[in-house]
This record gives sequence, structure tokens and C-alpha cells, in this order.
Amino acid sequence: MLRLESIGHVYGQERTLDAINLTVSPGESVCLVGPSGCGKTTLLRIAAGLVASSEGRIRDDFRRSTVVFQEPRLLPWRRLLDNIALGLKAMGVPRRERLARARALADELGLAERHDHFPHQLSGGMQQRVALARALAVDADLLLLDEPFSALDVGLRSEAQTLLLGLLARRGIASLLVTHDLTEALRLGHRVVVLSPSPGRIVHEQRIERPFIERDTAFLYEAAGALLRQPAVAESFLFRQDEVTP
Amino acid sequence: MKQSLPTRGVIAVLGWGGSLTGVLLFVALWEWGSQVYGSFLLPGPRDALGALGRLWREDAAAAVLATTWRAMSGFALAAVVGTALGVLAGLSRTLGRALGPVSTVLLGIPPIAWIVLAILWFGSGSLATVYTVMATTLPVSFAGAQMGAMTRDRRLQEMGEVFSVPPLMRLIDFHLPHIASYVFPALITALGVAWKVAVMAELFATEDGIGAGLALARVNLDTAAAMAWIVLVVALLLTAEHGLLRPLQRRMEPWRQAGRGGR
Repeated sequence: MLRLESIGHVYGQERTLDAINLTVSPGESVCLVGPSGCGKTTLLRIAAGLVASSEGRIRDDFRRSTVVFQEPRLLPWRRLLDNIALGLKAMGVPRRERLARARALADELGLAERHDHFPHQLSGGMQQRVALARALAVDADLLLLDEPFSALDVGLRSEAQTLLLGLLARRGIASLLVTHDLTEALRLGHRVVVLSPSPGRIVHEQRIERPFIERDTAFLYEAAGALLRQPAVAESFLFRQDEVTP
Repeated sequence: MKQSLPTRGVIAVLGWGGSLTGVLLFVALWEWGSQVYGSFLLPGPRDALGALGRLWREDAAAAVLATTWRAMSGFALAAVVGTALGVLAGLSRTLGRALGPVSTVLLGIPPIAWIVLAILWFGSGSLATVYTVMATTLPVSFAGAQMGAMTRDRRLQEMGEVFSVPPLMRLIDFHLPHIASYVFPALITALGVAWKVAVMAELFATEDGIGAGLALARVNLDTAAAMAWIVLVVALLLTAEHGLLRPLQRRMEPWRQAGRGGR
């Protein structure tokens, strides 16, 4: 279980996060949604241990957590399989074994036939799948995702979401996904947590009971509409007087 | 993007043809100039070739070998030391601040001043030439490596942190390939400088080598021989760049190849 206890963060003169309490249970998918500049990326980086928070503490019982960033962040000078196997190489897994595992993952994520390609020879969607495969390769049980699909166009994004849902369910991996897209959060989360802008505070939390396969487009729009009728959520998303840049 | 072999052959021939046109145009201009100014002031290409043949019979190969050896050993020393220092200076801010001005000062000292110093320190001979070559090319490779090490991608570093990449792997898989893409162009520049400075240093400091041959041509007022030596130096430079450094770069940076399209 990942437990964030009254996390607050001050960056320079500005308070970006305030009294955040959040838990992610094993196998659970939590979606953190908020408008641009509400500090949600900062919160994810704090959860990943990349940034030390100014206040509060983190308890992480997961065996291994990895991050999928907004951009693929692949090594441009390494081929697809070596990029997937990067985390395994860092762990000291022998080359033959790590490449075999990378190959299996590449095939599972629809990247067969492209094992020897360099990142720039792949499309944006494929690059992001390589990044996902790289995160899965180290056998993580918690995945932290920072708007991983925001650079993809609508069709590809939906495809990537389906892929992610399948991968998480098959492996029983917990996830904390940050997004600014309400429908994405509603599609991918067991639980949706809404953050308000500057400073980021949790203003609403909702469990989505409907099974993932029954969450069709009609449901997503209806649920997003219902969510936006909540005054706190509406205030976060619609009536922002003071626009804040991240 | 994949082209058939004949297509690529035709493209290659056209490419070579284009380069050849430029060379032929230059030779034609040279010939014309020699006819206008007379073969004493500007011997034509044929005179130069004739002189080259004469020089070759008088053992120009030894001179070429001597110059090559001096230029390349000075260049190699500068490349190794300069790149190593440059990487360190780029990785450590403090070291960068300390070494940066030194590099600027070295870059500002004219090669001719280095030759004077080298002759004073080491006496006439090979060592003075090698030293001069090293002193003038070292700041170039240093600057390239430092720039490479300073422009590492922050986001890739963070990714490395997420996967707990150990220091040695971080150097080999993250830093060096990026730095290499800055070092190679710097080395190609340094190589050109190395030949020119080696010949110039030889003119003053040694009894053999291309520079000494040029000095002799000056004494004998043999312009054709001077031209022949110049042709030789240019040929050597092109050989070293396209026969050594560029292939090495292609080998070490296959990930750039695919992006270059034809070639």
C-alpha cells in the first residue's frame, strides 16, 4: 500500500500542494485528475521519490514502483529491446535473459517486428508503448503514470488506454495515474480523486463501481457530467479566475 | 525509405558527380589563373602534378610519413586529454568554472606563438611540432566535450533515477553517447587544425616533413613544388577525415544513420 500522509509542498514562494492524504491499495487503480498547474505532476514526483515534499510523509510498502512519464524518455541511441530492458540492466540481469524478457514484453505490447528499431524510427504511440514496456519489465507492482497518453491523438489514446487496462488487470498491478482529462480518469480508475488548483487540495473523491468493460463512451460523458455538477469539482475545472502556470 | 541497390548506386554516382564538378571547376579556375599570371607566380595544375611526381621520386613519402606521424600523435594526445578534461569540466560545475578560462586563453594564443615557445622549450625537432599541434587542438576537443557533457538531457537523468541506474551504466548508456555526438564534430575540426599547424611548425622547427619541404621550395623559389606540397596536405587531410573519423563516427553512432535518409 502507498500512503501519502498530509503532504504539502512549497516551491519558492508559492504553495503548490496542501494537506494531501491519499492511499493506493495493491491492485487498485487511482486516477488523480485536476486542471493544468494544480500540482498533480509534483504530487506524482513526490510519490515516486523524485522530489522530497516540504511537509508530510510517505509510506510505501510496494515491492517496486516505476514511473511512466508524459514523454517516452527513451535513450535515442539504444534499440527498442535495449530500451525495454534498461531497468533490468540496471538490476544486473544478464544480457541474454533481459533481452528475452524484453522480447516477450515487446510482443505482448504489439511491438513485434520492431525489435531492432531506434526510437526515432517509431511513431509516438509506439514510443509510449516502449516506455510502458520498460516500466513493466522490472516487475513493478505499482505504476505511477504522469499523463502518459496526453501526447497521443484521440484514437491512439483510446487504444493505449485499453492496452493499459488489460496489462494492469492481467498482472494485478496497482497504479496512480495523473491526468487532466476527466473521461480518461473515469475510464481507467477504480477511484477518481479531483484536485483543485493552487494550492492543490483534494476536493472530491469518488469510487467508480462499474466494471471497466462496461464503461462505454455514453457512460463516460454521463459520469463526467455528473462529476462536474459537484460544486467543488466544477470550481476546480470551470471557474478558474486566477489561471496558474505550472 | 528503403531504396533498391541500383537506385542507391545512381544517387551515389550523382553525388560523386556533383562533388567532382566542383573540383573540376576549381581546377579550371586554377588553370585559367596560371595562364593569366604566368607559371612562375601561379603554376598550373599540370606543373603542380609534374612537381609532385618529381618530389615523389625524391622521397616525398618519407616527408608525408613524418608529417602524418607528428600531426596524428599531437592530435591523438589532444583528443584524449581534451575530451577527458572536457567531460569532467562539463560534469562538475566547479571544474568547469576553473578550466573554462584556461581553455579560452589557450584558444586565444596564436599557433605561431606556440611554435616559438616549443622551440625554446624543446629545441628544434619532432617534439616541438607534436607539442604545438597538441597545444592548438586541445582546446577544441575540450570545448566540444564540455559542451556535450553540459547539455545532457535532464529528463533522461530523471528516468535513470527512476530505474536506479548505477553510476557506471549511467556514464556508458546515458552520458557518453550524448557527449560523443558533440565530440565528433569538434574532433573533425581539430583534425583540420592539426594538419595545418603541423606543417607550419615543421616549416620552422624540423629538417624533414612537408613543412620543411615547403621551406626548401621557398628558398629555391620553386612555386610549383610549393603547390605540390599543398595538394599533398589537402589529400592527407581528406583521407584522414573521410577514411578515419567519418567511418568511425558512422560506426559509433548507428542511431543517427537511419535519420539521415540517403547517403
